[in-house]
Amino acid sequence: MTVSELRKQYIAGTLSPTTVVKNSLRVIKEKDAEIHAFLDTYADEAMALAKVAEQEYKNKRENTPALLGIPVALKNNILVEGKRATAGSKMLENYIASYDATIVTRLKKAGAIIIGATNMDEFAMGGSTENSAFGPTKNPHDLSRVPGGSSGGSAAAVAMGAVSVAIGTDTGGSVRQPASYCGVVGLKPTYGAVSRYGLVAMGSSLDQAGPLVNTVADAELIHNIMSGLDSHDATTITPDTYPNVPLKEHYTFGVPRDFLGVGVDADVLANFEAHIAVLKDAGHTVVDIELPLFEQGLAAYYIVMPAEVSSNLARYDGMRYGLSIDGKDLLEVYEQSRATGFGAEVKRRILLGTYVLSSGYYDAYYGKAELVRHKMRAELEEVFKRVDIILTPTAPTAAFKFGAQSDPLSMYRQDIFTVPVNLTGVPAISFPMGTVEQGGIALPVGLQYIGPHGGELRLFDIGKQVYDVSLNGSK
Amino acid sequence: MTKDEILHLGTLSRIALSPAEVDKFSTEIDTILEYVSTVKNIVANDVGNEPMVGARYNVLRSDRVTNEPGEYTEKLLNAMPQRDGQYMLVKKILNQDE
Repeated sequence: MTVSELRKQYIAGTLSPTTVVKNSLRVIKEKDAEIHAFLDTYADEAMALAKVAEQEYKNKRENTPALLGIPVALKNNILVEGKRATAGSKMLENYIASYDATIVTRLKKAGAIIIGATNMDEFAMGGSTENSAFGPTKNPHDLSRVPGGSSGGSAAAVAMGAVSVAIGTDTGGSVRQPASYCGVVGLKPTYGAVSRYGLVAMGSSLDQAGPLVNTVADAELIHNIMSGLDSHDATTITPDTYPNVPLKEHYTFGVPRDFLGVGVDADVLANFEAHIAVLKDAGHTVVDIELPLFEQGLAAYYIVMPAEVSSNLARYDGMRYGLSIDGKDLLEVYEQSRATGFGAEVKRRILLGTYVLSSGYYDAYYGKAELVRHKMRAELEEVFKRVDIILTPTAPTAAFKFGAQSDPLSMYRQDIFTVPVNLTGVPAISFPMGTVEQGGIALPVGLQYIGPHGGELRLFDIGKQVYDVSLNGSK
Repeated sequence: MTKDEILHLGTLSRIALSPAEVDKFSTEIDTILEYVSTVKNIVANDVGNEPMVGARYNVLRSDRVTNEPGEYTEKLLNAMPQRDGQYMLVKKILNQDE
């Protein structure tokens, strides 16, 4: 059920928060032993809050906060005071957050009930949840396949029907790609739209938190609650930071044709072409565009991101919090704590980041990558003078089988369409564009709409028209 | 990338690496570096001084204390693997034998 439907029924009194929370907990109990979307659930607290919410609705009806009594699941790199924030790592297995992330404060203020913490690739590094130190999450559509990642637990939690809202974080596609694999809607907001205060940092110039939900309207609702200026995050933007992005009756979509040549599965491409036809039928214009630098995006990303990772993860030293392994001196405590606490992918990226930032290589790698990034932004600005929205598949394939992308580079290539969005800081939304059949099972695949900086409203406007409406029509 | 170079990166990043990890990472990181090296072909022309990241600059706040003294002290000390009263306990940094 969507958040808007739940809210409507809560107000009308035809459904109660306790029934919904109980149902969430029942679904988790029935399905999660197999799917493993959740690392923790907060059943008692959630039930207590649901009872309070139920009474509030009886007394105040629609004069209640927008998310009152709505169960929400949070990726476990989002800090909730008094709760474990593992970030999917042994390093933080027993770490209890000492404060609420700004987005958590805002969700709580809006009445949301935090029902549990979802599984993820360790420190959000990965595209399958196979890198979680606590075991992978399975795709609810096909248990032999990955749910995507790194917010795989959040996507699976929505897809399995446990919650209507889960929050994820997106550094290079970590909300949109699992949304695509699990058949849900996922938003990566404009960089700075949502506060990063209280998120376990991965790539600070790339990270944004966004909702995983069933409809574009729900994505809009949740984004509006979580976004906005925050004195705790100096990179947060205001509504006038970027020029106004106007809404239109008919939009011009740009398709980067050359870019689609890079290993997109034929069945995914067929769905993509079908969607273009739908857009044209609805009166929109679809044109080919060129974004030559976007193909360089993945290479630039795998320099910038590890560089930021190596700096951000330097804080896990076995001293102030997290795992600490004893050693003969201070250096050995550092080296052993980090050797034991971090998994292979995290170590790989820290080493890579350390290399590209080291003296003698800095200019050749990091300097050049930042230059690519800079030029990508310029290229994008030019394109947005001609088109309103850029259209790509979210990922080149549907969900793959466990172990199928064992080589790091082939795993990284799944992010080819999503990383340019983080590098340039623009917003993008992924929603389902039908399914492809593999091994007799219908697997969802996602479509990505990319907007100009600050263009979330436009993405919501067109997304609701083409996705939510068709969804309601098919019911 | 040689094994010594990987070990050196391990030292720089304070991660003790096993021989198996050194083997694995030396090939993998080579492959990744080869892939990302395509950025080297980008030439710096017509690039202005616009910001690379984020849209706001020099975001300042007033220079005042925003919390009560000791408000978070216990909470943060409790998260520490080893504490001694109000102090964090760490291993010896200087080795007198050397």
